[in-house]
Amino acid sequence: MGFEVLLKGNNMLRLWQGLLVALKISLLSVVISIALGVVLGILMALKLPVLKQILRAYLEVVRIMPQMVLLFLVYFGTTKAMGINLQAETAAVIVFSFWGTAEMADLVRGALQGIPKIQYESSMSLGLNTYQTYVYVIIPQIIRRMIPLSINLITRMIKTTSLVMMIGIVEVLKVGQQIIEANRKTSPNAAFGVFAVIFVMYFLACWPISQLSKYLEKKWEN
Amino acid sequence: MESNEILRVNGISKRYGDISVFEHLDLSVKKGEVVVIVGPSGCGKSTFLRCLNGLEEIQEGEVLLDGERISQNPKELSRTREKIGMVFQSYDLFPHLTILQNLTLAPVKVKKRNKKDVEKEAEELLERVGLLSKKDRYPRELSGGQKQRVAIVRALIMHPEVLLLDEITAALDPEMVKEVLDVVLSLAKEGRTMVIVTHEMQVARAAANRMIFIDGGKIVEEGEPTEFFEHPQTERLRQFLHSFSYEAE
Amino acid sequence: MDFEVIHSYIPLYTQAFLLTIKIGWIGIVIAVVIGIATAFLQHFKVPVLAQIASVYVEIFRNTPLLVQLFFIYFGLPKVGIMIPAETCGAAGLGLLGGSYMAEGFRSGLDAVSKSQTESALALGMTKVQLFRYVIFPEAFSLSVPAVVANVIFLLKETSVFSAISLMDLMFTAKDLIGLYYNTTEALFLLVIFYIIMLLPVSGLGSLIEKKTHLRTAGV
Repeated sequence: MGFEVLLKGNNMLRLWQGLLVALKISLLSVVISIALGVVLGILMALKLPVLKQILRAYLEVVRIMPQMVLLFLVYFGTTKAMGINLQAETAAVIVFSFWGTAEMADLVRGALQGIPKIQYESSMSLGLNTYQTYVYVIIPQIIRRMIPLSINLITRMIKTTSLVMMIGIVEVLKVGQQIIEANRKTSPNAAFGVFAVIFVMYFLACWPISQLSKYLEKKWEN
Repeated sequence: MESNEILRVNGISKRYGDISVFEHLDLSVKKGEVVVIVGPSGCGKSTFLRCLNGLEEIQEGEVLLDGERISQNPKELSRTREKIGMVFQSYDLFPHLTILQNLTLAPVKVKKRNKKDVEKEAEELLERVGLLSKKDRYPRELSGGQKQRVAIVRALIMHPEVLLLDEITAALDPEMVKEVLDVVLSLAKEGRTMVIVTHEMQVARAAANRMIFIDGGKIVEEGEPTEFFEHPQTERLRQFLHSFSYEAE
Repeated sequence: MDFEVIHSYIPLYTQAFLLTIKIGWIGIVIAVVIGIATAFLQHFKVPVLAQIASVYVEIFRNTPLLVQLFFIYFGLPKVGIMIPAETCGAAGLGLLGGSYMAEGFRSGLDAVSKSQTESALALGMTKVQLFRYVIFPEAFSLSVPAVVANVIFLLKETSVFSAISLMDLMFTAKDLIGLYYNTTEALFLLVIFYIIMLLPVSGLGSLIEKKTHLRTAGV
C-alpha cells in the first residue's frame, strides 16, 4: 500500500525533517505572538479610545481573512509592492505572528478582564500594596488562565503551518510529494502510505500538546 | 472624645459625579464594640463600609483610625488596611492558593512575619473554625460557608483593630449561614471590634452593642439593640423591620 | 492597479467564488450534522459509539485540513477509493468541521440544567418530548455562538481547496499571478471576494455574541 517507500533510504528521516521545518516556523511564530500578544492584550484591556478602534480593525482582519490569503498577500504582495524579495519562511513567520498576536491579545484581554474586581479589593484590604497585589494575586491567576490557552495556540499554529507548502516551502507535505514523485515507477501506491504517515505524524505532534492544554485547563479552573 | 474610641467617622460624603450615595455621615466606634448597620438594599450601607478602609474614595469628611486620619494616598492606605480587616460577600479567596497559603500571604508579605510562626497561628485559627483538615485544599474544593469562614480567619490573622463584615452571608445557602454566623458571634463575645452590614436580623440582635439604620443615604435611627427592635422611634425603621418580620413568616 | 484587468477578471473570480461557497456551505451542513450526531453519542455516553466519536474528534481536531485532504484525495484512490475533488473538499471540510461542531454542541447539551430537565419531567413530559421540546432547543441556542465561530473558521479553511486542484478563489489568484504576473489585481480581488464571503457572517456573529452577552448579563 505504499508504506515500503518510507523504509527506503532515509525517506522517513526526510519526512521528519520536513515536519521539523513546520514546527520551527510555528515555534518561532508562537514566541513572537505571545510576546506581542501580551503587550497588545494589556493595551486592549486599558480601553484607550483611538487605539481601541485600530485594534478592533486589526482583530476583524485576522478574524475574516484566511491565513492562506494573508500568506499570499505578504509573500507575493510585498515582492510586487516594495520590490523586496521576501524569503518564504520569513513571510510565513510574519503572517503567523500577525495572526497569533491577535489571538493571543484577545486571550490576554479576556483573562485580564476576567479577574473579578473583588480579587483586587480583598488583596488591598489585607494591606497588600498595588505591586504586591499584582505579583502575588493577580498575575499568578492570569498566568494560570493563559498557559493552557497559549499551549492550545501552539497546536493551532502547527496545524496552520501546513499551509506554507503552498508558497513553496519544503516542509513535510512537500517532502512527501517529492518522495512519491521519485518512486512513481517502483511504488505507484506510495501516495497512500506517505500521506497516511504524514497524517499520523501531525497527529502525534499536536495531540499530546492539546491533551496537556486540556489537562492544565481542568486542573487550574477555579 | 472618649478615650477608648478606635474608629471615628466625621461627616463623610460619597458621590458618583452628581449622584449622591450619602451625605455627612458620622460614626464613632469604641474598642470592643459591635456596630451593626442595617437598611434597605441600595441605601448606601455597603458603600459606607467600603469607605472605612478606603476602597471607595470619599468626597468630603474624614475617617480616623485610632486618632489618625486615613489618607487616600495608596502607600499609607495599605498600612492602614493592615489594621482594618474586611470580609466581603463571597468569592474573595485567592483561587490559585491553598487555604493555608491564602492565610499566610498577607502576614508574611505585608507584615514580614516569620512564615513558620504564621503557619502555626493559621492552623490554630483554622482549628477554631473547624477547618484545620482543609488547610492544603484549594478554595474551589470548599463549600461557600467554609470559604467564608476561611475569609474571616484570613482577616483575623492580620490582627486588625477593627473588622468590617460586608453582608458575608448574603450569597450563602441557608444551611451554611449558621456556621458562619456562629463564628461571628463568638468573635463578638471575645470582644472584637466589628462593624457589620447584614440582613440577618437575629444575629444583629445577638451580636450587636449598637444598631444603626441607614435609609436614603442618612442615618435615620440608631440605638441599643433591644430598644431598636422593640421600640423603633421612626416610622421608616418600623416599616423596615416590619417588612422583615413579614418575610420571616 | 489596472481596473481594466480587474474588470476582466471579475467573471473568473465570481465563478471561483460560487464554487468556494457551494463546497463551503455543503461542508458546513455536513459538519453540523456530524457535529450534532457526535455530540449526542458523547453526551449520552452510548457504549462503543461514544468512544469511536471521541477518537474521531481527537483525530480531526489534531490534524490540519490540508493533510486530511491530501490523504483523502491523493492517498485513498491508491487503495481503490476514488472521490471527485468537489466531494472530497466538502467531505474533508465536513469531517474537520464536525469535530469542532461536536465540541460546541456537547458543551451546549452539558450546560442545559438538570433542574430544567426535572421540572419538565414533573410536568408529565415523556423523555422524547422532553428532549424534543426542552433540551434540544435550549442546547442548540446555547451553542449558537460556537457554531457561528466554527462557520467562520470553516469558510476560511476553504482556502486550501486549491491544493486538491479545485478551482477556488486561491487557485484562481495563484493562476493569475503565475501566468500573467498581475499580482496586485489578483490579490486585490482575492481579498475583496473573501471579504464578501466572510464579513456578513462575522457581522452576524458579533450581533449574536452581543445578544447572548446581554442575555446573560440580564440574569
